[in-house]
Amino acid sequence: MTDEIRFEHISMEFPGVLANDDISLSIKNGEVFALVGENGAGKSTLMNILYGINTPTAGSLYVRGEKITDFSPKAAIDRGIGMVHQHFMLVPSFTVAQNIVLGREPKNAGVLFDNRKAEKLTRELVKEYGLEVDPSAEVRDISVGLQQRVEILKTLYRGADILILDEPTAVLTPQETDELFDVIRRIVREKEMTVIIITHKLYEVMAISDRVGVMRQGKLIGVENTKDVDEKKLASMMVGRPVLFDHLEKTGEPGEVAIEVDDLFVADNRGLPAVRGVSLQVKKGEVLGIAAIEGNGQSELLEAITGMRKINRGHVTVCGKDATDKTPGEIRALGLSHVPEDRLSTGVDKVASVTDNLLVGRQKEKRFNLFGFHQRRSTVERYAKELYQKFDIRGAGIHTEVGSMSGGNMQKVVVAREFSFDTPVLVISQPTRGVDIGAMEFFHTRIIEQRNAGAAILLSSADLDEVFRLSDRIITLYEGKITGEFKASEITKEEIGLYMTGTGEGAKA
Amino acid sequence: MNENSWSNILTVASSTLNQMLRSATPVALAALGGLMTEHAGIMNIGMDGMILMGAFTAAAVSTALMSAALGIVASVIFGILVGLFFALFTVKLRSDEFIIGCALNTFAMGITVYLSRSLFDSAGISNAPHLHNISIPLIRNIPFLGSVVSGHSLFVYLTWAFVILMWLFVYRTPVGFWIRASGESPETLRTAGRNPERMKWIASILCGVFCGLAGAHLSLGNLNGQFGQRMVAGRGYIAFACVIFGGANPVKVFAAALMFGFFDAIGLQLQSSKLVDPDLTSAIPYVITIIMMVYVVVSGQRRRERIAKQQLKKLELK
Repeated sequence: MTDEIRFEHISMEFPGVLANDDISLSIKNGEVFALVGENGAGKSTLMNILYGINTPTAGSLYVRGEKITDFSPKAAIDRGIGMVHQHFMLVPSFTVAQNIVLGREPKNAGVLFDNRKAEKLTRELVKEYGLEVDPSAEVRDISVGLQQRVEILKTLYRGADILILDEPTAVLTPQETDELFDVIRRIVREKEMTVIIITHKLYEVMAISDRVGVMRQGKLIGVENTKDVDEKKLASMMVGRPVLFDHLEKTGEPGEVAIEVDDLFVADNRGLPAVRGVSLQVKKGEVLGIAAIEGNGQSELLEAITGMRKINRGHVTVCGKDATDKTPGEIRALGLSHVPEDRLSTGVDKVASVTDNLLVGRQKEKRFNLFGFHQRRSTVERYAKELYQKFDIRGAGIHTEVGSMSGGNMQKVVVAREFSFDTPVLVISQPTRGVDIGAMEFFHTRIIEQRNAGAAILLSSADLDEVFRLSDRIITLYEGKITGEFKASEITKEEIGLYMTGTGEGAKA
Repeated sequence: MNENSWSNILTVASSTLNQMLRSATPVALAALGGLMTEHAGIMNIGMDGMILMGAFTAAAVSTALMSAALGIVASVIFGILVGLFFALFTVKLRSDEFIIGCALNTFAMGITVYLSRSLFDSAGISNAPHLHNISIPLIRNIPFLGSVVSGHSLFVYLTWAFVILMWLFVYRTPVGFWIRASGESPETLRTAGRNPERMKWIASILCGVFCGLAGAHLSLGNLNGQFGQRMVAGRGYIAFACVIFGGANPVKVFAAALMFGFFDAIGLQLQSSKLVDPDLTSAIPYVITIIMMVYVVVSGQRRRERIAKQQLKKLELK
């Protein structure tokens, strides 16, 4: 095998950040190379250099021995480099075929766009690579898994023989992930393509790659043959210290029911039915995990329970009291805290300081107030400092603007605030989305601490591993209905995956 | 007596439809430009000012050079410049589109009067060389149809051609696809190796050109070589409404403009009949515009509800 791509002493500096620090790396022709690292380690930046979106501030890049001087996506495409971005690059109102040929449209008489030919070319690609998808369907109407296929077909249409996949499995079910890996193996074997896959799921590295490169804080820590390493070794390379993942100790027996949801119907933003007759119970001292592919009603369910979304039918009871269609404030007063799904829009006030974000919900407490209108700033700050240390928030102190902090630290602010209420009920959504492995460990420990202390926890996460790790019981949601309920210890990820797609045994969708 | 009133009705009907085509044209022209910026993801409320300046340029150059054709050419050149100006601020310098649009409208009101005063010693222009109406042989002799379709200025017929051309451009050419992609998902276009900003520049320039033409039509086609500060009368905003109403599809947008033209014509008829206060009748097309916009929202909701019901049915069938 020859060197397909060679990075030589590549550095990339953004204002105030050294995203890539003196990276030298060779990727060979016809291999699957995995690039792993925590968020902000510089993986995407490095790949964006290869795809011509970033121009490196130092060093040189060689593709098939040729030194690259013009950095642009167009030039990269011409060199046979294709990239499937983490956030799909598709025009929702265009058809599959129109998206695939975008930028290089087949033309009629040299002027007009030839839609028929575009669809014919798409069908040919579909056949050649076995990636089934309807060329005339509009992209906004097809599933995320299919959209990813369109992305891959797009790069193949452009004649790519080097394919970069940026976190390709983040939005996929276990089955869809398997299919994707089959496709990758096939194009590498049959078409002799080179595939670079960016990920932070280590078992995927083990499953698909020939070699793996680990990045940390902009530096390339090491490159290994996949068969010579294991997940533990990779994790400690990523974090820079040993990561111990297997000592979450769950103690105590479940107590009385703290959340009760009865035959709930909720609509999504478009008015479509999102939750259709869900009933569930969460007891004190247990974690009930929701496993579902995004968009199957889990967000709407949690929003309805926490009072952020209107309930069309059914009832919610929190700590024995009716919480149906109450305001979020009223529901919190019943004893519920909430770590919301999207911390940027509903978790924090980005332009406010850490202190003010930690105070939210407690402004009226006597200790922070004088006569109900004067805020005791020094008491507030003392309180904030306490939480800041307790939850190991890392930033430039309690006066830092929250929006300037990393995702993990921002999440720590949210969790510190919500957990500090010590309520009997916790509703937690996506606790570790966009958070690195080190912080993930921290959040998991905290959540189990709350559980062991007797909190009833309803958890929703797109990360199936997380659901398995934390939950006592797991329910699967598919198209707004519960398709199964399991003890976490008695089911495998693969089985759960079937129920998540409505195909599980006895599942009715 | 009976026959007489029947032919009266026909005359009123044909002159109303004739006026409809006339009134719809400046709105349709501007809207053809506005739909380009709409597709490119630029909110353009500056069309009113673009039209006004286009009207002034056409009238002024036509007067100065004693040629309506050169006036029109000047309005096109001016349209390119104003499009470049608009793109410079909204695309290159990333200023707020809304503010730039407002500024353009206010600026147009001032600069046209100022230039008119300093060049022609008057706040308006009159008697500039203008376009003559075209009487189409054969068609003009067809009863009813002839009196509706024939006898308009060149712009009316050009607009029809432009509607078809722009439809082809937007939905059937690669550049049309790129312009739409530049508005809907600019980064997608960038990763496809095309520059979304360039598409926005093109859309903005096209918008300027069409607004310039709309202005030239107002001063040299619709009126007989006149310019006045208030002559645009909010048509830029109406055009914007038509763009939204027609979903930025040239054919649908033209239909929306025709609807505006129809109610404008009705208003004028009522005005000449002296049955209703003229201030009230001239408000008709604008009231209709508001109703149209409400309709857009309501029908959008209905459509979503319908889709929701269909999906629900599908789910239940499973």
